[in-house]
Amino acid sequence: MTALGALMSRDIRIALRVGGGALIGVLFFLTVVVLMPFAVGPDLALLTRLGPAILWLGALLASLLTLDRLFMADHDDGSLDLIVMSRTPLELACAAKALAHWLAAGLPLVIATPVLGLLLNLDAVSTAAVALTLLAGTPALTFTGMIGAALAVTLHRGGLLLAVLVLPLSIPVLIFGVAASQAAITGLSFGAPFSILCALSLVSFVIGPFAAAASLRHGLD
Amino acid sequence: MRLSGRGVRCVRGGREVFSGLDFDAAAGEALAVVGANGTGKTSLLRMIAGLLTIAAGSIGLEGGDSELTLAEQAHYLGHRDALKPALSVIENLAFWRDFLGGAAFDARQSLAAVGLDHAVHLPAAYLSAGQRRRLSIARLLALRRPIWLLDEPTNALDVAGQSMFARLMADHLSRGGLIVAATHAPLGVPARELRIGGAA
Repeated sequence: MTALGALMSRDIRIALRVGGGALIGVLFFLTVVVLMPFAVGPDLALLTRLGPAILWLGALLASLLTLDRLFMADHDDGSLDLIVMSRTPLELACAAKALAHWLAAGLPLVIATPVLGLLLNLDAVSTAAVALTLLAGTPALTFTGMIGAALAVTLHRGGLLLAVLVLPLSIPVLIFGVAASQAAITGLSFGAPFSILCALSLVSFVIGPFAAAASLRHGLD
Repeated sequence: MRLSGRGVRCVRGGREVFSGLDFDAAAGEALAVVGANGTGKTSLLRMIAGLLTIAAGSIGLEGGDSELTLAEQAHYLGHRDALKPALSVIENLAFWRDFLGGAAFDARQSLAAVGLDHAVHLPAAYLSAGQRRRLSIARLLALRRPIWLLDEPTNALDVAGQSMFARLMADHLSRGGLIVAATHAPLGVPARELRIGGAA
């Protein structure tokens, strides 16, 4: 347990320091969402209707942007060799790294959502619904994205490959995330799509670490 | 404790690097793996560390801790130093000590032993190549493990650093440790030579 705690606190510390990835994702999210009203035009009704989808797309792209660093940095400086050799099962180490990544790069997106909701003319209920779906859904993006990050770890400039690998896996999360937010806004049943979104997250917690650990072991050889 | 390999074969990228390699090392012994560039010295160390698959033959440890695998009882000091530039010297060392687990020692004392105690809070980004190597060596001291796998350990070390490291290796051997080192330069401790790939 101390080993996993040490790994998580190290990753969070690196992400928050100069040159870490934590702020990049939030800034990108901010940029995408702020630009959107300028592109769509001053039609407030249209913005309200598109709001949840814009926020979800922004969050998805922002989380992709920082995912390639998840294992790449450790691979490049040789830390990954020591992590593989350690007494901690690699699956647990992967899960701890993904959790640390989500805390440093995913959670800030959820926290930034209420501010950005204002720009998209979303009322309090809609903003809360989007923030709640992002809170339930972004861990799934990180844990499925981890599989792509592990597969691309030995490739330099694997960022684009990562996006191609991971985007199809994140489509269900996107669909049910936006569906749950829209349901809350239009007054339809929020429970069903939200439950499926939570289920997707739980499935990714189980599959992600095992798939990532398997591809890391294979990739080192 | 005895580390031995029988008929070890190494294949990298579909090409055979070496085959039929036998070696033995007992507790308190150092094994110097020598050979020309590309003969598979690093690959052998990585196979002992469990990072590469052994194409044929076997590598085993007798008389170690039966609860742990060979890799879990070994320190691997590779070409890449596993240091994070954003973290300070002490943070880097304390992380590996806490993460790798086992009988741990005071991080500051380990830093003093490698002559880095004046730079405890300096970010690792500002260290020179030799200092980075010294910090990697401190990891071997902060956590006691019986087997040291060293890949050209004295690279980038100055003369004083090399004699310091020779002393640390001698200490380790006298405590019943075991060293397998890939090297081009003399190790600085009495070592048996294991030559791979014919005359260099």
